[in-house]
Amino acid sequence: MPTENRDDTIAAHAPTLASAIPAGHGAVTTGEFKIRARDVNVFYGDKQALFDVNLDVPAKSVTAFIGPSGCGKSTFLRCINRMNDTIPSAKVQGSIEIDGADVNAKSVDPVVLRSRVGMVFQKPNPFPKTIFENVAYGPKIHGLATGKAELEAIVEASLKKAGLWNEVADRLHQAGTGLSGGQQQRLVIARAIAVSPEVILMDEPCSALDPIATAKIEELIDELRSQFCIVIVTHSMAQAARVSQKTAFFHLGKLVESGPTEEMFTNPRDTRTQDYITGRFG
Amino acid sequence: MLTWLSLLFLVLFSGAAFMAGRGRALKSSGGSAAKLHSLPNYYGMYAALWAGAPAALLLLLGAAFGGRVEDAMLQAERPAAVQALSPDRQDVFFSDVHAVAAGVARSEVTYEGAEKAAFDAKVVEAKRIDGIVNYSVLGLAGLLALAGFLLATPRINTEFRARNRVEGWIAGVLIACSVAAVLTTLGIVMSLIYESWRFFESVSPLAFLFGTEWAPQIAMRSDQVASSGAFGAVPLFAGTFLVMMIAMLVAAPIGLYSAIYLSEYANRGLRSTIKPLLEILAGVPTVVYGFFAALTVGPLFRAFFNGIGEQLAGGPMNGLAEYLMQVQNQMALVAGVVMGIMLIPFVSSLSDDIINAVPQSLRDGSYAMGATKSETVKKVVLPAALPGIMAAMLLAVSRAVGETMIVTMAAGLQAKLTANPLDTVTTVTVQIVTLLTGDQEFDSPKTLSAFGLGLTLFVVTLGLNIIALRIVQKYREQYD
Amino acid sequence: MTDAALSPGAPAARPALSARDALLKKRHRSEKIFRAQGIAAIVIAMIFLVVLVGRIVTQGYSTFETHTLTVPVYLNPERIDVNALEGVNYDYIVAEAMMKKLGVQDDDLGLTSGKIMDLTSRDFGNQLLQMIKKDKSLIGKTVDVTGSVKADADLYYKGEIKRDTAEEDRKLDNQQLDWLDALRKDGTVKTGFNTKFFTNSDSTEPEQAGVWGAVIGSAMMLIITAVIAIPVGVLAAVYLEEFAPKNRWTDVIEVNINNLAAVPSIVYGLLGLALFINWLHVPRGSPLVGGLVLALMALPTVIIATRSSLKAVPPSIREAALGVGASKAQTVFHHVLPLAMPGVMTGAILSLAHALGETAPLLMIGMVAFVPGAPETFTSSATVLPVQVFIWENASERAFHERTAAAIIVLLVFMIVMNAAAVILRRRFERRW
Repeated sequence: MPTENRDDTIAAHAPTLASAIPAGHGAVTTGEFKIRARDVNVFYGDKQALFDVNLDVPAKSVTAFIGPSGCGKSTFLRCINRMNDTIPSAKVQGSIEIDGADVNAKSVDPVVLRSRVGMVFQKPNPFPKTIFENVAYGPKIHGLATGKAELEAIVEASLKKAGLWNEVADRLHQAGTGLSGGQQQRLVIARAIAVSPEVILMDEPCSALDPIATAKIEELIDELRSQFCIVIVTHSMAQAARVSQKTAFFHLGKLVESGPTEEMFTNPRDTRTQDYITGRFG
Repeated sequence: MLTWLSLLFLVLFSGAAFMAGRGRALKSSGGSAAKLHSLPNYYGMYAALWAGAPAALLLLLGAAFGGRVEDAMLQAERPAAVQALSPDRQDVFFSDVHAVAAGVARSEVTYEGAEKAAFDAKVVEAKRIDGIVNYSVLGLAGLLALAGFLLATPRINTEFRARNRVEGWIAGVLIACSVAAVLTTLGIVMSLIYESWRFFESVSPLAFLFGTEWAPQIAMRSDQVASSGAFGAVPLFAGTFLVMMIAMLVAAPIGLYSAIYLSEYANRGLRSTIKPLLEILAGVPTVVYGFFAALTVGPLFRAFFNGIGEQLAGGPMNGLAEYLMQVQNQMALVAGVVMGIMLIPFVSSLSDDIINAVPQSLRDGSYAMGATKSETVKKVVLPAALPGIMAAMLLAVSRAVGETMIVTMAAGLQAKLTANPLDTVTTVTVQIVTLLTGDQEFDSPKTLSAFGLGLTLFVVTLGLNIIALRIVQKYREQYD
Repeated sequence: MTDAALSPGAPAARPALSARDALLKKRHRSEKIFRAQGIAAIVIAMIFLVVLVGRIVTQGYSTFETHTLTVPVYLNPERIDVNALEGVNYDYIVAEAMMKKLGVQDDDLGLTSGKIMDLTSRDFGNQLLQMIKKDKSLIGKTVDVTGSVKADADLYYKGEIKRDTAEEDRKLDNQQLDWLDALRKDGTVKTGFNTKFFTNSDSTEPEQAGVWGAVIGSAMMLIITAVIAIPVGVLAAVYLEEFAPKNRWTDVIEVNINNLAAVPSIVYGLLGLALFINWLHVPRGSPLVGGLVLALMALPTVIIATRSSLKAVPPSIREAALGVGASKAQTVFHHVLPLAMPGVMTGAILSLAHALGETAPLLMIGMVAFVPGAPETFTSSATVLPVQVFIWENASERAFHERTAAAIIVLLVFMIVMNAAAVILRRRFERRW
């Protein structure tokens, strides 16, 4: 890892953010990198959205992508589980490796990939089915349960992990769309967890939720990071500071800087990062 | 001719009123348009409307109802010779009088003696009455025009709010047009009920709705032997149902699957090529489909089944073979298949709209779970779209039930109660056409039964449409 | 396996790799099958379209070819009574000329001349009558008359009637076929473009039948439909969309109009019969009553199309107009309606195109009679193109089959033109807000 130099003036400029980082959460867990991206370029038709992105995402921790609107962070997120395949004009170049295997390789089946990499979207999107059916969807199509009892066990475990079980245990067979926004988002997280992925991608998961629901989700993310590699796109720097161990700052399609969260917010190396964090531009 | 000339004259008069009104307004403001409340043209329009509109309305009413008034006046007094005739003959008598007076073709009946004298007298009277009524209407219209002009124009001065008045007229016209749409429904319902009522006076509704024999023969004379006609419509309902089922079996899968492919799989180029082609299929008039059914599909299917029959003949299924060899062109299968072809673009386009309305976020959620496209469509998109698709199918059923030309040209006239698609059946719509395009004696139960059938058809299709609409409304609430 | 799935941190135990592989293969196979089903549906629909249009065209294009001949006819004064021109047997005079040409003699029973008369159209005789009426001095002279062969002869030349069919099963016997061959061989019979199909009206003789009367009837009827349905429909939509208060009544009216749009067309025919013909005594089978009935049918469609065009104009336009002091009526008629016009016109053209193809309601109101010429006024008896197709389809002569298909081609051409006009209008003038 590259050596960092400290700059006390930055810390003076960003006191609130520095103090927002709770002690003990700033350290990156040691271990292998789960996702390695090298020279990633993405085009939508003729328009280039990402330029030469190189990034390592550590396993079993939370990595945050921050940056102003339209900077490409969601685009890069969607490259990891090849959701850009659903957009006909999108072209992805470069390599993105999960555990050493390039996700864009011909031999990789996107269907299998997406059972290893789950995704949570900005607006909660439960299927118009029962709560049970929502969570059971993934295990069913991937054949992860060999019987009804096992399926029920998986659903219960996923809902417990997502912290929703107590609230819905007695109404598993009611529509998922009848829950509140925060509950729906936790339902979606439970749905993603149900297939036991290794990575969970979250695209601004709290921007449609109220502060209380947001706090609950952030708490959940903190619990989940011991089991999953989590990548979260957020436009709230405070949130990034709260939940993540590593932060990557994107701007105009380029990855400007990345590093341990505490260092990024107290002592960024690039002036653009500094300007963004201090609110010079948004 | 009188009406056209008088309307033209009225238009010119209104034009003159326009100029007069406008001129008066400008004069009252001393030549300056700025001082007037409204633009000068509005004053002119105000005068022209009062001059022309009431009179025009009267002329239109006169054209529409004048004939009836004249008939009533003419038939008020009937000479003895005419009263001696049967009611049917009296109607013929008066329509002939009308025809001769107007100088158009009349019936072949000849009149002699006292009848002829009465006839000639009535012709003279008819011409006289025609003159009286025409000139009264014209005179009254002229009076209205003049009165309107004379009453309206003095009101015009600088402060007069001509624009508001004219816009009041415009609002009136707009409301009248909207009412026209409502009146159409009322007209349909009332005319159907009225004529059906007369039908149900001779045939009980229960016998009609539940009777299983349809043989609408009415005796020519009341003393004719074997004069009973059966008006049980169940075979017609069965025929309609059979053809409709076959049509839906063809149209529903093909229409739905093509809609799924076009909205989920096809690229933009394919979509923009295929959709217009499907529109062409939708735009072909049903009479063309009928021709296709009668002259291409019918003989083709018959040859096919006859051929199978010949192959099987003499073997263990000889009975079936003999049946197949005498199958005719006009089977329910032919009409059903062609009607299905006609309905494919209808089902496809409605389903396409509904599938596109399912939010993309649901699809994204499913893809992100690692589902294939077909799994996403089958397990997420279609269940979400199900209410709308059911509504679309109901609308297609309604179309199939009300379709006339294909079945008239391809199905038969035999009212049979059967579920066999190779049989010749007839439908409600075919019977309506047959009953009303033969010789018309309007009051016989035979022709009135067509209205009974029409009422049933209207109620059924209305019911289907309302149910479909309700389903779509409830379904829309889900996504708003 | 259950415990492993529950304990956090440990990778979930999944079914054996080989089983999952098999499932994956099955899923991808389902995907391929599903996709193929979609393609198959589209292909089937396209095949139907091609077969439908193809059959019509192949059945109808032969109509556009016709066979004519010119015969010098001696106007035998013995056969023509100047004082009773209408009663003369012109067909026989023509047959005499034909027999002379073919070098045959009539027999005692007149069978030969009878067979010869089957070869030429009755039109020859009609033309002679007209000629003599104009100029009585022609009697005794020889005049050249040009006309078409009779329907069955025409079918023979086109290959519909074949020699290898048994003689009893054909309309023309072997001798007639020999004569026809001779006439063609020596160049008497010529092929030409069948302009009569477009300039003549309906006729009992297939070779004389044309679509002119039906086309004029359709045109007159559509004029009435347009004049009634478009203004009333547009104005009603304007009221409902822009002026009417949003209350329960307007909801009822909207539901009402949507239902009317889906009512079967034959019910409109019944309405026309009961209301216009029986109650208002509008002449049966006239373009007027046809136009009235179809106007009622087209009204809901025009209203719905106009309303959606009006809805598409953004509220900012209305607000801007009101902001400079325009009244509601001025806002609507000076600003909103002109901007909505492309959509309104498209809707209007499409509903007229639909009305052009309607048949069932017109059968109800009496347009099914045989009408030998074009209608003179809006209140005279008329027929329209789709009804003409229906009538000819029922005819027993085989020659009418190709003419029915040809009439359908004419109808389809009109509809394609109207639909193309609507699409071009929409593409050129539609604004996307």
